[in-house]
Parts: sequence; C-alpha cells; structure tokens
Amino acid sequence: MILTVKKHLKGFFRIRKKNATRPKKTIKFGDPTTIGKGRVYSILSIITLLTLWFFVSEIKLVPPLFLPSPLKVLGKFIEISTEGYRGHTLAGHVFISMYRILAGFFLGCLAGIPVGISMGLSRIVRGAMDPIIELYRPVPPLAFIPLIIVWMGIGDQGKVFLLFLAVFSIMVINARSGVRSVTIEKIHAAYSLGANRWQVLYHVILVNALPEIFTGMRVAMGVAWGTLVAAEMVAATSGIGWMVLNSARFLRTDIVIMGIIVMGIIGYMFDLLIRSIEKKVIPWKGKT
Amino acid sequence: MNSLIVNDLSMTYRTGDTTIHALENISFSMKAGDFLVIVGPSGCGKTTLLNILAGFLVPTGGQVILNGEHIDRPGADRGVVFQRGALFPWLNVYENAEFGLRMRKVPKKERIEKTMEYLNLVGLSEFARTPVYNLSGGMQQRVALVRCLVNDPAILLMDEPLGALDALTREKMQSFILKIWQETGKMVLFITHSVEEAIYLASDLIVMSSRPGKVIKQYNLSFAQDDTGKSIRAVKSSPEFISIREEIMGIIWSMEEEALQGLAS
Repeated sequence: MILTVKKHLKGFFRIRKKNATRPKKTIKFGDPTTIGKGRVYSILSIITLLTLWFFVSEIKLVPPLFLPSPLKVLGKFIEISTEGYRGHTLAGHVFISMYRILAGFFLGCLAGIPVGISMGLSRIVRGAMDPIIELYRPVPPLAFIPLIIVWMGIGDQGKVFLLFLAVFSIMVINARSGVRSVTIEKIHAAYSLGANRWQVLYHVILVNALPEIFTGMRVAMGVAWGTLVAAEMVAATSGIGWMVLNSARFLRTDIVIMGIIVMGIIGYMFDLLIRSIEKKVIPWKGKT
Repeated sequence: MNSLIVNDLSMTYRTGDTTIHALENISFSMKAGDFLVIVGPSGCGKTTLLNILAGFLVPTGGQVILNGEHIDRPGADRGVVFQRGALFPWLNVYENAEFGLRMRKVPKKERIEKTMEYLNLVGLSEFARTPVYNLSGGMQQRVALVRCLVNDPAILLMDEPLGALDALTREKMQSFILKIWQETGKMVLFITHSVEEAIYLASDLIVMSSRPGKVIKQYNLSFAQDDTGKSIRAVKSSPEFISIREEIMGIIWSMEEEALQGLAS
C-alpha cells in the first residue's frame, strides 16, 4: 500500500534518485530543460492561497459579503449539489451548460473544419469566405446577443448559436493554416509515388493539418467556456453561467465564487482531455 | 528496355524585368543500368531539371521521353528521392515504405511481401514499426529510397539525397546506393554539388554551368564498377580519381571566375 503510494508520488513529483547518472550541468539558469514542472510549488501555492483566503475572511478583514469564507463556499457547494439552485441541482446546471457547450463546439467543428480546409485549398472559397469571417471574428460575442434574441428567441438555440459562432471562426483559421503548412516535398513525393489528388488530400494534406486542428480545438474549447457566461445571459433560467449571473444579482457572492471555481475546474478538465487525445492521435506533432 | 531521352530542354522565366535562363538546350539520353550524375555550382538549374523530369514543372522548350512516352506530369514510373523532409512523420517505417503500393491499390499480401523484401535489402526490416522521426538522417534516406523502389520505377531521380548528412554517413550511403543500383539495375539520375561524390558514383557524368544552365562537359566513368574489393577511400585517393576531380574542379572554378569578371566589368 505504502509502496504504491510512493510510486505514484514519484511519478507526480518526479522525485530524483540520489545516485542518478544524469550529466551534471554547470549552467542551470536560462536552460529551460533544467526547470521541470515544479508541481510541489503548484500545490504549495494553492494551499497558500486557500489559507490566505481562510484567514482574511475569518478575521473579517474583508466583509463576508465581498469575500465569504472558503468553508461557506464549500457549504454552498454541498447545499446546491444536493438541494439545487432555482430548480436544478449543481450537476443539473453543469449538465445543461455542458450540453450547450458541446453542441456549439461540435457544430462549430463540423462546419469550421471543412470550411477552413476548403479555404486552404481553393482561391474561390478563400476569397468568398475571408471577409465574412474576418468581419465578425473581432466582434465580442456579447454584441450579438440582442440580435440573437430577436432571431432565435430565448431557447437553447440562441445560446448554442452564439457558442457556434465563437468556435467556428477559430476552427476555420486553424484548419486553413494547417492545410497550408504542408511542405511541397511531401505533396510532390505523394504524387510521384502514384497517389491521385484525392489520395493526396486525404493521406497527406488532411493528416498534416491535424496538429493545427487540435490546437484550434483546444483554443476553441477555452473560448467556448468564456462565451458560455455571455450565452447564458440570453434570457436563460438554467446553466452554470446563469447561476453565477443570477446569484450575483442577489449579492450571493458565496454562490458566485463556488460557480467560478466549478467552471475553472471543468474547463481545465476539458483541456486535459483534449491534450490526452492529442497525444494519442498525433504523437508525431512537432516532428518533421 | 528502359530508356530516357532529354531533348533540347529549355526553361526560361521572368521575375519583374529580368529574364532568367535556368536551362538552355539540355540534351542527353540514358539507357538501362546507367548511373548519370549531374554536377554543377549552386543555381545552375540542377533542381529545375530534376523537377521537369519528375513532372512537377513544364519546360518552356524541348521534351522528356521516358520509355517512349512523353512526360508532362508526375508518376510512379519515376521515383523521386528528395534532400530531406519528404517522409510522412505520421507513418512508421513500414507504412512510409508501403505508401506507393497502397495508393496504387496493390493487394495487401503483395504489399507486405514487396515492402519487407526491400526493407531487408536496405537493412531496415527490424525497424519496420519505428516512427521515422526517431531514425538518423542516413536511415531516413534509406526509407525514402525503399519507398521509391517498391514501386519498381523505370528510373530513380535523386535530388541531393545525401546533402544533409555528415561526411562519414555520406560516404557510407554512397557505397550503399551503389550496391542498390547494382542489385536492382535501375537507371539512376543523381544530382549533387559535390564533385567527389559525382565522380565516385557516376557511370556517366554531366557538368553544368550556371545561368544559363548548360551542359559543359560529359564524361564516361567507371570508378563505381571497378569498386570490387577496393575501399571507398582507396578509390577516391587514387591518382586517376584525383586528376579527374581536379579537372572538373578547374572547369567549375573557371566558370565562377568568368562570372565574377562579368560582374566587375
């Protein structure tokens, strides 16, 4: 038992063996390979932050209305997990938000990747699509909300559509640059080995674009969480983003902070998930 | 019988107001078993010539005829080995080697047989499942060679295939390419800027000038064929080898000096 724990700790902290046979470097400062992950410090900094938070709120340095104690936030977490907030439990709110994010993300990828690829391959598609995407991309999603309410009402479609817009442009740009990143040698080699143009597209251009498409998916997922709160301002009555906005209206900062932490953790989990898929699907990323 | 005829090839292009004659009236022919090396200073249009033979570029004049057929596009009858970076990093050694056969929809059993046969020939069969980015430069070029050979092309076109390798690996690969050439009997057209490499490998050698790229001199050599028993260093340090090397170096240097004088006047 203790042995297995020790083994895991070793993996986590990369505890160094005393008689390691790594060459000894004289210069460590400025050499990025000597830095490591510093996981010990990650845990220390989180503990410090929590302790600081605990004491600041316990000795009432800041009024509880502004900064409720971590225990109270934890209490709210348990309370809303079991009893719910305005009709849904925490899991329910998370589930609803997740559905919207995944729907917007999925549709955004489904449309954005083919459009980006066609833009990378065809002058006509690039010329036609470029101004549309470049014009709407810099506009913050919030600015679309009034229009989206008018067009799509207050149902889920509006929220999914807003998330779709955010994901779409990111996927288009990454897929396009992925297609264009292929070297001419690889294309030439494939043709002179007997591939036809569809085979070159499928076996060379598309595979070669995968790393950038994955990068796009990671960025898009992050942006989707950011846009979620905006999306759930579109006259929602549920969702984790809505929960935060709604409770803020009643100055329930404990719920606000709890919601923010939950969103942060879920967002981080998603990033880890995409990264681990990326590692499995494209181990050759960054190699030529 | 395989044969390649290059007839009066010219390539001219314009950038802005200047017209560049990359190639001018290039003619030569090859028959089965020839190892033709083209050597010349950088910018002499060697790569342009190879790109035309491979079918990636259309010449502005003349034509290329391979086994009686006019060449105007890339095809599996010409295997091209590039200097670097043309392997597919998402495929392992076996999958890279097999690529051409798979694209041409050769049945799986035959694919495995042929690919393994050639991987054996170049000594890479135990690396079949290794990702190509984990191989050394020399091994990567062997994979690039196998990838062409499995297609059983009429000719191998090699564009500075050893240019990115260190000196020792380069010499090892030279003997290696000779061995493959002797065993398969393919026509090989090999481009290099190393005079020594050119003389060592060639059965026929063409020296090109730069701008306009023209054939300056042709040689019939046989250092490669006489290689039996002699080590690569012994061949390269023999008096006959050195005298030809100095002759060709002299030709290239005098072209450079002419070009410099042209600039000065």
